[in-house]
Amino acid sequence: MGTLPELFAAWFAARGWSPRPHQLALLDAARDGQSALLVAPTGGGKTLAGFLPSLVDLAEAPRDGLHTLYISPLKALAVDIARNLMAPVGEMALPISIETRTGDTPANRRARQREAPPNLLLTTPESLTLLLSLPDADRMFAGLAAVVVDEAHALAGTKRGDQLSLCLSRLQVLAPGLRRVGLSATVAHPDALRAWLSPRGKPADVRLVIGRGGVAPRLDVMLPEGHLPWGGHMGLASAPEIYARLQQAKVSIVFVNTRAQAELVFQALWKLNDANLPIALHHGSLTVEQRRKVEAAMSEGRLRAVVATASLDLGIDWGAVDQVVQVGAPKGVSRLLQRVGRANHRMDEPSLAVLVPSNRFEVVECTAALEAIEASELDGDPPRPGGLDVLAQHILACACHAPFAPDALYAEVTRSGAYATLSRQDFDDVLRFVEDGGYALRAYERYRKLFRDSEGLVHAANNRVVRQFRMNLGTIVETPMVKVRLRGGPMLGEVEEYFVGTLTAGDCFIFAGQLLRFDKLDGMTAVVSRGGEGEPRVPVYAGARMPLSTELAARVRGILHDPAKWGHLPPPVQEWLRLQQHFSALPPPDGLLVETFQRGPRWFMVAYCFEGRLAHQTLGMLVTKRMEKLGMAPLGYLATDYVLATWSAFEPTGVERLFEQDILGEELEEWIAESSMLRRTFRNIATIAGLLEKNQPGQEKSGRTMTMNADLIYDVLRKHEPDHVLLRATRQEAAHGLTDVARIARLLGRAEGRVQHLALDRASPLAVPALIEQGREWVAGGAEDALLAEAAALVEEATGGAELFSELLAEVTEDVPLGRGLIDRSRPKTLEARRRRYSRSAKGAM
Amino acid sequence: MSAAPIHIAGERLMLDPQGVLYWPSRRLLVVADLHLEKGSSFAARGAGLLPPYDTRETLRNLGNALRRYRPAGLLALGDSFHDAEGHTRLAEDDAATLRHLLHGLAVTWVLGNHDPVAPAGLPGEACDEHRDGPLVFRHQALPGKQPPGEVSGHFHPKGSMPTRCGPVTRPCFMTDARRVILPAFGAYTGGLAATDPALANLFPWGSRLFLLGKERLFSLPLAPARRLTTA
Repeated sequence: MGTLPELFAAWFAARGWSPRPHQLALLDAARDGQSALLVAPTGGGKTLAGFLPSLVDLAEAPRDGLHTLYISPLKALAVDIARNLMAPVGEMALPISIETRTGDTPANRRARQREAPPNLLLTTPESLTLLLSLPDADRMFAGLAAVVVDEAHALAGTKRGDQLSLCLSRLQVLAPGLRRVGLSATVAHPDALRAWLSPRGKPADVRLVIGRGGVAPRLDVMLPEGHLPWGGHMGLASAPEIYARLQQAKVSIVFVNTRAQAELVFQALWKLNDANLPIALHHGSLTVEQRRKVEAAMSEGRLRAVVATASLDLGIDWGAVDQVVQVGAPKGVSRLLQRVGRANHRMDEPSLAVLVPSNRFEVVECTAALEAIEASELDGDPPRPGGLDVLAQHILACACHAPFAPDALYAEVTRSGAYATLSRQDFDDVLRFVEDGGYALRAYERYRKLFRDSEGLVHAANNRVVRQFRMNLGTIVETPMVKVRLRGGPMLGEVEEYFVGTLTAGDCFIFAGQLLRFDKLDGMTAVVSRGGEGEPRVPVYAGARMPLSTELAARVRGILHDPAKWGHLPPPVQEWLRLQQHFSALPPPDGLLVETFQRGPRWFMVAYCFEGRLAHQTLGMLVTKRMEKLGMAPLGYLATDYVLATWSAFEPTGVERLFEQDILGEELEEWIAESSMLRRTFRNIATIAGLLEKNQPGQEKSGRTMTMNADLIYDVLRKHEPDHVLLRATRQEAAHGLTDVARIARLLGRAEGRVQHLALDRASPLAVPALIEQGREWVAGGAEDALLAEAAALVEEATGGAELFSELLAEVTEDVPLGRGLIDRSRPKTLEARRRRYSRSAKGAM
Repeated sequence: MSAAPIHIAGERLMLDPQGVLYWPSRRLLVVADLHLEKGSSFAARGAGLLPPYDTRETLRNLGNALRRYRPAGLLALGDSFHDAEGHTRLAEDDAATLRHLLHGLAVTWVLGNHDPVAPAGLPGEACDEHRDGPLVFRHQALPGKQPPGEVSGHFHPKGSMPTRCGPVTRPCFMTDARRVILPAFGAYTGGLAATDPALANLFPWGSRLFLLGKERLFSLPLAPARRLTTA
């Protein structure tokens, strides 16, 4: 085990600390010139461990120029870490310069950083990409000794991670001696992460250092007093219990699963807030300033609680947080642990966390999560291979930096962890795509973005190409958003354009913790005022919900099936399961339980698949297509994390035929091509790959644009060149993520020959939550027309207008009320005033 | 595929799910906003190398509509090319297809804001607006009180219909008893929401939308814009 130089040892001692084993282990790896991955729970000096070798090196041999690059997924984190590093550097009087570089860095400082880079530069993947595309990147990075990738688990397997992986390969060429250090939360697949981090795509290149875990967290499941809800995901019934917990703790983070839920839980807590606790709201659609304000108030101890989404999953440690509340099901064990770890960063005391399930199924899921944590069994998939769209952007970045030889670039790209398996064919196709669109019809010879010189080197065609690349760089593609501004006041954040499209003047909605009245749309800004009449709505955002993880689903099945494991479940849930056992059957751990029953004129089929909402949505489309072929006249379906429910005009018989493996054949292909999910995926891919511009230099976006619709391009391309590289990229990505095809295949395999079909005379107890689930389905092109016909027919009958349609699903499921009681109508004026006063005073404090 | 009849200024007009309008008594087929060569227009100004198949696709659709109605005349309501030079960029086989489609037809090119000049080398007459009987065909609807009988394009109207699986948005015809606005016909043409004031204000007494479907149109009434702003 390595030792610290005297200066450093003294500094540790002066603070009453002793270096942790993992900190010394990283020092060792650095001395051996080896890359390393540190896997440790939050707290425990992980970041310092990453920097320590660099600090020691620079202390022993001071020098000018860039020594260490630090990459964080969050801008704010880079800034905070820089501030925290100043302490040891200042106190030991080390001759080390530290700076950050993000999108917010002023132009003059950026220019200076290129001239005279600091020793330690803290930045984001996007800023690094930009730096590498500059003509003088080779000079700037030539002396780079180390790169530290923070929150590596959150980057690997994402598009930003793909981009970073390619950048690391680039850096390795510019600075061959470069050492890589990854910092990660505890993950299920450390070897895959090592491979991702490795300079050759091989896990053995990266030394694995495991940080000692702290004391095991203390977790509880908390139920609402009184009735345990059958359905819903908001958890508002538990608001009084949550509030009581907030009063007992010093500082709490209340984690929820969606932004809509955050708004509702925040409302519900303030409604109970007689003690006037300072409770704040934090989610990704609020303005950056507002979020920073909340974070600052949090770290200064001016808040008692913050209701947050995944927007607070990562970030700087707040020592003061002593309780985490998870409202709604955790969906994944790894994420739950990460969230729990946000409380109490002292290693010698347990983190306190409480899980608040919002319905009966979620109670089982929470119990399963506790089991998994006790067994230290994590979930999550290993990082998927890198996307071709990100590669397209990278190739353009390389051309913007300097002319390149395709052979050398291919070799460089395949040394990166994310692209180790990239075929030369794919590389060449992507290169051609960047060059001239890569179409079989070579129509754009004149407009090519790249050209090859006589020696075969590839150049950027002109300065406009370079400028456009810089403006459109990045792999984060937002759904079209509309800013929300208070009339005569500040910007509050943004909501999806689609949501605003459904509002008319006077409608009210809840956003940024306030009740707002929509006044008008002014360009790309929704102007709102406070207050409003009638039932408020809550903006929802696409893709916000994470599906139930495979591992957790397996545990849920295990618990449901085995009455011996019900001991930990609360009595109402046990009773519910016993009723299920009596009226129907318990879903088997392997095999597939399918129930059918009639309600009114419709036949329902409920399949207990437990493969997560995304997989069920895809499966629903496949199964209903098969039902159509078999003449069952399916009318619709609904997917939850646990079950797939369909309804049809005729009785589904011989249901085994609906779950045969061959539904993954033609029907899947057909559906994938038509699916609106694929369209969304294509839009993102086309934008990242540079086919669609996010920003046009010198072109102003007018408020009313007839937007070039990615859907139209998708349709045309699919018809005329179905094998285009971007369509291949789209299908590849969909197979990995959105459609969860692998999970469907697994389910069908499990079900083969083991479908247990029960024809019941009514809905079973387990089926009830699915029947009252509220769901907006993704529908295919064909089904869309059926929906339109249905809606148009209703319009014919109707006199009242649009209000009718929201009730339609309830009508289909026969008077089961939908989403009622989710929103509190009564809204005491005084409370509104109080909250406003609070949010004003928080503003004043800044 | 079934078209929906409407009556404007005493004339019976057929709205077709393909997004074209047919005037039976004149055997006239009307299309709006073809935006031919939009893809190459983007490429030429360096705004992305979109799939170069849009013209081909639009012409194929136009061919289908012409085969269905076998009209005596074709009237394009302007923005037939995405820019003034558009017709010079037509690929040879696309140009041949277009000439073949137009052969034997009385073609009228109403000029639009994207293509303010007549397309050289193509058959047909160009004009700023075209009158025939009680109807007037122009690129962009004139605001304010107008005599009934206006047929126009320009706005690319699209409508959203709420369904139980969320709203479905499609290009649409927008009409009242006095005027009709056609959806854009081009393969790369996006749309403007029918509720946008620029469109809704043209229909002070409300309008009816006909959303395009595969086989039929889907009709949806739209309240007048005034009510939207004072509600």
